[in-house]
Amino acid sequence: MRDLTGRALDTATALGATYADVRVVRRLEESITIKSTRVEGVSAGETEGFGVRVVVDGAWGFAASHDLSTAEADRVAAEAVRIARASATTIRNKVVLDNRPPAQGRYETPVAEDPFAIPLDRKISALLEADRAMNGVKGIAWTESTYSAQREEKTFAASDGSYTEQLITHIGSGLEANAIDGDEHQRRSFPDNGGLWGSAGYEFVRAMDLANNAERIASEAVELLTAPPLPSGTRTILLHPSQLYMQVHESCGHPTELDRAFGTEASYAGTSFLMPDMLRDGFRYGSDLCDIVADATVPGGLGTFGWDDEGVAAQQVPLIKEGIFVGYLTSRETAPRIGRQSGGAMRADGWNRIPLIRMTNVNLLPKPGMSFDQIVADTDDGLLFETNRSWSIDDRRLNFQFGTEIVREVKNGKLGQLYRNGTYTGITYELWRSMDAVGDASSWRMWGTPNCGKGEPPQTGHVGHGVSGARFRNVRVGVMS
Amino acid sequence: MSGSSRTLGAAADPDAALRIAEEVVRLADKAGVAEAEALVVSGESALTRFANSEIHQNVASSEAFVNLRVANGRRVGVASSGRTDAEGLRALVERAAAIAANVEELEDWAGLPEPDAIAPDAVDEAWSDGTGGATPELRAEGARAIIAAADAEGVTAFGSFSTDAEAFAVANSRGIRAAERRTTSQLLTVTMGPDNGTGYAEDCSVDATAIDAAALGREAAERARVSANPVDIEPGDYPVVLNQYAVVDLLDMLGYLGFSALAVAEDRSFFEAGKQVASPLVTITDDGRDPAGLPMGFDAEGVAKQRLALLDKGVCRDLAFDAQTAARAGRRSTGHGLPAPNPYGPFPVNMSMAPGEATTEELIGGLDRGLLVTRFHYTNPVYPKRVVITGMTRDGTFLVEGGKIVGPVRNLRFTMSYLDALAGVEAVGRDRRCLRGFLGGSVVPAVRLSSFSFTGATRAE
Repeated sequence: MRDLTGRALDTATALGATYADVRVVRRLEESITIKSTRVEGVSAGETEGFGVRVVVDGAWGFAASHDLSTAEADRVAAEAVRIARASATTIRNKVVLDNRPPAQGRYETPVAEDPFAIPLDRKISALLEADRAMNGVKGIAWTESTYSAQREEKTFAASDGSYTEQLITHIGSGLEANAIDGDEHQRRSFPDNGGLWGSAGYEFVRAMDLANNAERIASEAVELLTAPPLPSGTRTILLHPSQLYMQVHESCGHPTELDRAFGTEASYAGTSFLMPDMLRDGFRYGSDLCDIVADATVPGGLGTFGWDDEGVAAQQVPLIKEGIFVGYLTSRETAPRIGRQSGGAMRADGWNRIPLIRMTNVNLLPKPGMSFDQIVADTDDGLLFETNRSWSIDDRRLNFQFGTEIVREVKNGKLGQLYRNGTYTGITYELWRSMDAVGDASSWRMWGTPNCGKGEPPQTGHVGHGVSGARFRNVRVGVMS
Repeated sequence: MSGSSRTLGAAADPDAALRIAEEVVRLADKAGVAEAEALVVSGESALTRFANSEIHQNVASSEAFVNLRVANGRRVGVASSGRTDAEGLRALVERAAAIAANVEELEDWAGLPEPDAIAPDAVDEAWSDGTGGATPELRAEGARAIIAAADAEGVTAFGSFSTDAEAFAVANSRGIRAAERRTTSQLLTVTMGPDNGTGYAEDCSVDATAIDAAALGREAAERARVSANPVDIEPGDYPVVLNQYAVVDLLDMLGYLGFSALAVAEDRSFFEAGKQVASPLVTITDDGRDPAGLPMGFDAEGVAKQRLALLDKGVCRDLAFDAQTAARAGRRSTGHGLPAPNPYGPFPVNMSMAPGEATTEELIGGLDRGLLVTRFHYTNPVYPKRVVITGMTRDGTFLVEGGKIVGPVRNLRFTMSYLDALAGVEAVGRDRRCLRGFLGGSVVPAVRLSSFSFTGATRAE
């Protein structure tokens, strides 16, 4: 691999690049989809290629190819230089990178059971067993059970002497039961909508115990058909971890991406209400209980790695500390503009995409005191929202609206009435300031978002979120059309 | 070496793509597979992105994708690869065959599609040398024209200019052979002014040189200027005029949630043939050969695209079928298959809404007190079967009184059934735009609706 990376870097620098890096990526994927006990789709994918990123005349250029020959390395490096020169015709600020030390070494996701080594029929059988259990429940219209695994072999080399190798394995699986009556369509998922994802081996899927939860969620889907819709009002809400992680993702993860604050995502995903002057001023983002950290070192997260795609080592970066906004997700180019070093958040979706600032694992830290179940028991009058179903937030990440698959009334610490079509809405900092309880470490675990969209051309990111469940006061619920 | 750059279309060779597809089918046959279907997509994609009135990202990639579906009896396997060399193709066949040998039977597997009596013609209008020959300099020129228009209005420009040139080919063991080359280009810009004014403009075309970057720049910059200093407005039900940039989302969501034969079979669609679901002013078609959109002659299964009247004067008429949903319904595919495996089902990717006769001024002039919406942001289904969607307005929302624009208002959240919205169409604009949809291009007019439900508002900070 050093032949290819060395050739690309030599060509780029010979043609005038003041900085160049190259990533060679081979990605394997395997997926299984079962619908209503039919093995609807089984596929295996493989893609490999390399991307060369350069700075020439203070501007960026990037080119990529699936052809791993040294001749193509020359062509692609030259193309990246040409593109950078075209970019330089409009730049008003030259690219300046931070001075991170050259990266060297190897990282591998710890895997107990290699998902690609387990026979396909065994993986299908396990998923089928769970899918059949859902279909045994009367009133179920259709079911979908999914399994996916992805493995990326990634080599990174840069003109500053960096050279790293990584082998990263992601895996996810889940169940979905659908019940339909007329215009009413109710869905319950387990462990999460779209499956639960992590960086791990097949042991991660075994631990889900899908088959033993299948009948329960199917029964809940049927039960939801006749549940009343959630009434409108202003209520105390409890966000189960299966919803809370999406709240963190949309209303903390994205607005703390520094490229958004600088406007470079404005034409697609939008900007951020969290501007650098608010960092200096100590903007109160949430209550004192709100501690949020971007942590690329936490085991099992979809944002866990050895180095980001600029060769910056995995690290923990505080974003919100005791409710105060203290940090951003950054890159080598953006961090110096706020007087900091990169926090290692540049990630690319494969060999043919340029790295962007992405979440790593953006985690709401647990607080000692009560488990999430104890917080529920501590609540006199509230609503428990579980399992994300819909999500939307404005282009500056302020006004949000979420819907969950299931909502339960909490009265005097006990779970009661079931509601369908539950939604809640609010303004980001108002919600986080209203948080008065966070679950302890016993309720905390990693969740994953394998479909985070950002960038043009579009990139799909795998990011993680550790949460334990939390309680919020005076939240508007039951937004009806 | 600096002169070695290829023009964008150099790798988009449909004959070469078809040769690869045929070779994969031959290798699969040699491996003892009963049925095989290969889809090959190869070409080059490039995009120049600008922000704060300067280019900050400029990328190009040369890509190939080979998707192989094989079947032995009713056992089906799918594998894909980015490799097109002999060893890569051999490994691809091996992987797909290994999957087929290890999966359960699909009881109603109907086999791969047979060739039509008339082979799918390549659509000549799907390709433009203007995009095939696009260079980084051409894209930078487009960005500069937008930035110049923004500078003239004292606002800042953000956006992207993409050019894609690809070859598509499908071959299967039943004799389907289809190949064509396609180009697409898209230029979009968001502009921002000093007093929270924002604007937007976009155009999509097969031909990148047909996009008038300066005009888009002027449109977006003007919108940013007049949307400065937005004021709060109480959420509630308002009559609205939706610009084309907002209307495209209505078509996307209807296509995503309802116009698929599988969605109907699974009872997750609103669609009932013959049922009036929208105003008689609403006619939505899907036509892969429509030169006003982003044309294509065939789908991922190599089946020729049929024109569908999805909503005819507000009445549900046609559905999108792929080979499997068609076989279950005892009919032919309409040419709306996506690459296998595709558990979500067929999808219309060339939708258009018929134009009306109203000018933009006439649409706005019909609002006694209502809102003019430039576009929607981050929309998501809340109740999918009723197509209840939530999302935000963005890049210019204006209060209209007495048929005249009064001024900008702060962005609003809506939670609204798109079916109810279309049932309330009062007038349809005569000017349409080709805009990027979920998976293809849509051609849409502006519309005036009798009511739209806004359920919240954003804040200044």
